[in-house]
Amino acid sequence: MSFDNAYEAISENNDETRWAFGTGFVDPLSGVDTSVPDGVDGADLAAYCLMLGDDALIMSHRLQQWCSHAPELEDELAIANIALDLLGQARLLLARAGKADGSERSEDSYAFFREERDFRNVRMVELVNGDFAATMARLLTFSVWRLALLQRLESSRDPVLAAIAAKGVKEVTYHREYAANWVVRLGDGTELSHQRMQAGFDAVWPLYDELFVVHPVERRLAGIAADSDGLRSEVDDVLTQVLTAATLTRPEDSAGKVVGLVSGMAGRDGVHTEDMGYLLAELQSVARAHPEATW
Amino acid sequence: MVNALAIAGTVTDPELPMLTLADLGVLREVSEEDGRVVVSITPTYSGCPAMDTMRDDLEHALRDAGYTEVEVRTVLHPAWSSDWISDEGKRKLAESGIAPPAAAPRGGPVLLTLGAPPRKVACPRCGSDDTEEVSRFSATACKALRRCRSCLEPFEHVKEI
Ligand SMILES: [Zn+2]
Repeated sequence: MSFDNAYEAISENNDETRWAFGTGFVDPLSGVDTSVPDGVDGADLAAYCLMLGDDALIMSHRLQQWCSHAPELEDELAIANIALDLLGQARLLLARAGKADGSERSEDSYAFFREERDFRNVRMVELVNGDFAATMARLLTFSVWRLALLQRLESSRDPVLAAIAAKGVKEVTYHREYAANWVVRLGDGTELSHQRMQAGFDAVWPLYDELFVVHPVERRLAGIAADSDGLRSEVDDVLTQVLTAATLTRPEDSAGKVVGLVSGMAGRDGVHTEDMGYLLAELQSVARAHPEATW
Repeated sequence: MVNALAIAGTVTDPELPMLTLADLGVLREVSEEDGRVVVSITPTYSGCPAMDTMRDDLEHALRDAGYTEVEVRTVLHPAWSSDWISDEGKRKLAESGIAPPAAAPRGGPVLLTLGAPPRKVACPRCGSDDTEEVSRFSATACKALRRCRSCLEPFEHVKEI
């Protein structure tokens, strides 16, 4: 089935899935054994999958907003590919959630028809992009953290999570390297690029501590969720390595105190920043306007 | 009727049409029971948007060959590696002007090496080793974009994962 030009492919009248966008994809876990491991609470496992899935989904959405705005064509491609990798991870994790709690809820249903308070992502990923330096500061921080997390998750007792993590490790390794190279290039660049790179880290840092809060759901999922032991020092070390090479100053820690909590709650509990509502409006409006449509 | 494995083995990748899914290492298993065919495929990258197209192409090829019951399953474990591209596949890539991957890094903790000496990738056009990476990412997730300093042509390189 090859076509001389793209228009022939579009006009061919059959059910083939030629165009890779929109909704109505085949379940990414179709054919995968998704039974819940012995002794594991399906609702907890689903909640955990939503946490990791929402981190990837919302980060991907922010990166997608760079499409047609990146400083160079090469970075346009890079950022779009990173966003695509994360979207793929999100699809698998959201689909895993719907199988784990027995609801059979689809990836589309989770992405497009949940309210803000039901999203479980850390707040760092939802902040507006800011300039390119700020985007790279966040991408580096996020990638270093997520890579460390996914590496631990590779030994999860849930074979589905372990397999999703193993694929993710290969992908996020590239994301981390891409962001690190930009941070060094801009940090150790001109006076202006240095300033803006530093401002990028200063902006993201108040939400750094939140990455290491262990949620009760994770505590109940010992052996299933990524082991948080030593996670922070591992992430700290890699970030310090990059910041030093980039001649940047590590911003002041908030001493393990998560800022901006509402009654002790943050992103993992569905409490988000004001940026989140605007993001979801953009992400969800088409699907909500045409709820039965596939496109 | 030609056996199902042989049919599935002819289906090509939608993004790298010079390769069959078997060359690419994406086709993991084909089994046949009483005329019912079960095909297992694995994604190269989590976000690979071509999975649904591969699924359709496999189903069509097998139906056209007379198999009425076809099921295509996803397998996630073990994760796809560029090492799974066959020698024949690597040869076809090079012939089409795409630099094939070298051996993938081994598993285990991934150290971040800043300013590491760049990997040597030979130009698929003139064979020169004097090439540079233009972008770590390219038109598809699995390829990087490079440029040859000898013949000045840009080319793609399937990344090692
Ligand atoms: Zn050349």
